[in-house]
Amino acid sequence: MRELNKGWPKLDEATHLGKRTPRIDAADKVTGRAKYTQDVNLDSMLHAKFTLCPHGRARVQSVDASAAQALDGVVLARAIVGEGEELEHAGREVAVVAAESEEIAREAAQLVRVEYEVLEHNVADASPDLAGEWAREQRGRDQGDVDAGFAAADVVVEGRYGAPIVTHCCLEPHGSVVEFVDEEHVNTWVSTQRISSQDEDLAGELGIQPENVRAVCQHMGGGFGSKFQFDVWDRECARIAEETGRPVKAMLDRDHELMVAGSRPSAYADVRVGVKKDGTITAWESRSWGSGGAGGGSSPRLPYVFDKVPQRRTHVSIRTNTGASRPWRAPMSPQSCLITMAALDDAAAALDLDPLDFFLKNLPFTERPEVYEEELLIAARLMDWRGRFIPRAAQQGAVRRGLGLSLHTWGGYGHDSNCSTTIRGDGAVTVSCGTQDLGTGSHTVLAVVTAETLGLPVAAIDVRIGDSLLPPSGGSGGSTTVGGISSAARDAALDALRQLLARAAPELNAAPEECRAQGGRVFVAAAPERSLGWTEACGLIGPEALSGSGRTDPELMADGVGGAQMAEVEVDVETGVVAMKKLVAVQDCGTVVDLTTAESQVYGACIMGISSALFEERVMDPTTGACLNPNMAFYRLAGIGDVGEIVVHLMQTEAHHARGVIGIGEPPVISPIAAISNAVANAAGVRVPYAPFTPRAVLTALGKGRGR
Amino acid sequence: MSEERGFSRRKFLQGVGAGALAAGAMPDLARGAEAPEDAPDLAGPGPVPVTLDVNGVRTTIEVEPRVTLLDALRSRLDITGAKKVCDHGACGACTVLLDGRPVYACSMLAIAAQGKKIETVESLAPGGELNAVQQAFVAHDGLQCGFCTSGFVLASEALLRQNPRPSHEEVLEALSGNLCRCGSYQGIKKASGAAPGGG
Ligand code: FES
Ligand code: FES
Repeated sequence: MRELNKGWPKLDEATHLGKRTPRIDAADKVTGRAKYTQDVNLDSMLHAKFTLCPHGRARVQSVDASAAQALDGVVLARAIVGEGEELEHAGREVAVVAAESEEIAREAAQLVRVEYEVLEHNVADASPDLAGEWAREQRGRDQGDVDAGFAAADVVVEGRYGAPIVTHCCLEPHGSVVEFVDEEHVNTWVSTQRISSQDEDLAGELGIQPENVRAVCQHMGGGFGSKFQFDVWDRECARIAEETGRPVKAMLDRDHELMVAGSRPSAYADVRVGVKKDGTITAWESRSWGSGGAGGGSSPRLPYVFDKVPQRRTHVSIRTNTGASRPWRAPMSPQSCLITMAALDDAAAALDLDPLDFFLKNLPFTERPEVYEEELLIAARLMDWRGRFIPRAAQQGAVRRGLGLSLHTWGGYGHDSNCSTTIRGDGAVTVSCGTQDLGTGSHTVLAVVTAETLGLPVAAIDVRIGDSLLPPSGGSGGSTTVGGISSAARDAALDALRQLLARAAPELNAAPEECRAQGGRVFVAAAPERSLGWTEACGLIGPEALSGSGRTDPELMADGVGGAQMAEVEVDVETGVVAMKKLVAVQDCGTVVDLTTAESQVYGACIMGISSALFEERVMDPTTGACLNPNMAFYRLAGIGDVGEIVVHLMQTEAHHARGVIGIGEPPVISPIAAISNAVANAAGVRVPYAPFTPRAVLTALGKGRGR
Repeated sequence: MSEERGFSRRKFLQGVGAGALAAGAMPDLARGAEAPEDAPDLAGPGPVPVTLDVNGVRTTIEVEPRVTLLDALRSRLDITGAKKVCDHGACGACTVLLDGRPVYACSMLAIAAQGKKIETVESLAPGGELNAVQQAFVAHDGLQCGFCTSGFVLASEALLRQNPRPSHEEVLEALSGNLCRCGSYQGIKKASGAAPGGG
């Protein structure tokens, strides 16, 4: 008899794996029972708010918090920057106040008087010429014989493309609550993407032992890459709690959030693409620029996906006095994808080729031609591309339809994670893991894997996450969570199951290796009629629960996905309005653990991409250096009526299933802007160079606007 | 740039206006701005007693007149289902029902909500049994992080109470005053009957 099989069951043999399980924490979220950091109310809790720098760049001359301190209900008001300190962007925290209520704290923060020496600033990044001394040339990349490639080209197509700085705009703002239980023990609630190391950060700040800190994040309202670090507000929250001996809550107001708590760097490029008449790409050359704040910005990976093309690229990093960028879902990839796919689409149009044929022809320049071909053809069928594609600029009338496509790639290999599974004498099963659920489905993934492994219904599994006391797990970034926690949960459940089978086997007159657990029963594999019900079997455990422990298992995970997307838009060439009609997303991700939450991630990524493509841009005032739209009325997110029809196709064949688990949070967010840009160009007959493709940008590209 | 933002704003306001009108929220917001008859002529600036009827329970709290209904619910009554996201009437995460109509609790003062029947998401599942809208949100996965969810659930609930068989367009309009960052619109459309396979 074989040992319990540690590998994932095949797709057609699985009970829960790869099937649709309703999100297990959904009921808590639709009833308001789910408690987020923002929802924590403690007795005698203080509220902290910050005074923010209004200038693009300034040196602090003096801070006077006395008027704030004097306000009724204020417990503490003080500077958190030193005199003479240089502030690199508007929105930098200058002073903090703590008060009995949020209203009082907010009023007091306005009463802090700060004298500044205003310094020269730069917030412009859309043109490399504008930036002047703020620009820094970075080392480029050369691959293959680029000059020979251009010499061999029949046509060289040139264009300018790019995307501006956008924000994360998580609906739950950044922030934390800190409470001293006694002088040495601290509880903290924090909206974070890495709960397992929050205790260490806070302990380091307070000079206490990490094991004396308990950090909790049961639910969190979105992160998208912006909630990894221990921030100024977390630090001040802790210090005030220590100084006052009272619990303190510091959640950012929306303007503060949008100015400093996360943004995606901009990236723009001038591109030349050499192509032969038959559509073969011969060479790529690009000069890119962009900014992620005062530290400059990193280079987009150009050309994206078609990495094997002979290429030469240079990059100019621009320093802007804006809130620093943070990893934004698939860092640099949506920008790299837009620039590349738009340039290639323009090349196809210049040759009068259908972009689908053009992209198919050039797949040998990619890492995974077969995957992309399969995915492109599925997407084409779902979009009816062959039946509906009309060449660029071949339409009349005010409202024109357009199709565009794009390809993307991502890694998604699981991070290190630990997990424990306990089985009690009454049959109760608990799986515990120090991971977090950003809305991605971590709760559900752990329940599905444990239920699958123990042969139980998903509802029988109690899931504990979001607590630094639980077995440590990695931060949720880079689509690494699902691989890490699913394999660790499999390992832990198998460990617990082996122990259970060792107790049950003698009752069944069998050896433990001969027994299995499935369908709520423990039985002899060769003679299933010799069986015990789950509770009956667990009755043999005794008063002390069984505990299995598990770790990330590389054999249960894999790395590297493709993905193809196609967009259909309608462009009104009189008003410039772009309307989304349809977005098709074909995505592989190896073993799908839970189809419901995996698909929701893809839908959500498509919508986040649509939002970037059509609406989002952080607008800075060149004169004052202030952010002009730090609110959700003017920093616009796509609404439910803006997204059109979305069709998601996950590659769920036995072959993909057999690869192992790969994360899916990032890949589908990469292509939408590019696919939409190409669809807009197809409809409007001209390329709108920069996202977002607003009416004004479209009219300008059509020569009808008054220019940017 | 200013034209571009001007456009977004117009479109946004139109969206909210239309949605709110369909759900009948605007008149309430306007009425809410007037002082109730039994209120003192001039309230504040210090704390004043405010009696709120929330989920069938009347409670009197002492709050400053500037305290919004949202903050009164969340930090004074510890009823936290309504979330604070934009705090300026742009996202719908703070939606509550006021005499059955959806309003942004962040954009209304607590003193102005006196004498009204206030329902929060917590009231929809008395005894833990999910109501039909909540069940549909679970069944169609109309949520991810869940931070926008109570707002969407209540906006859908208000629509369906008033119009049990809304058209696709009516659903989109009624939900146009709510935003979701995780992009859960696909599931929300199905849950609220605006997409095939839903209901
Ligand atoms: S928090 Fe009230 S509308 Fe956004
Ligand atoms: S589910 Fe996260 S904001 Fe809507």
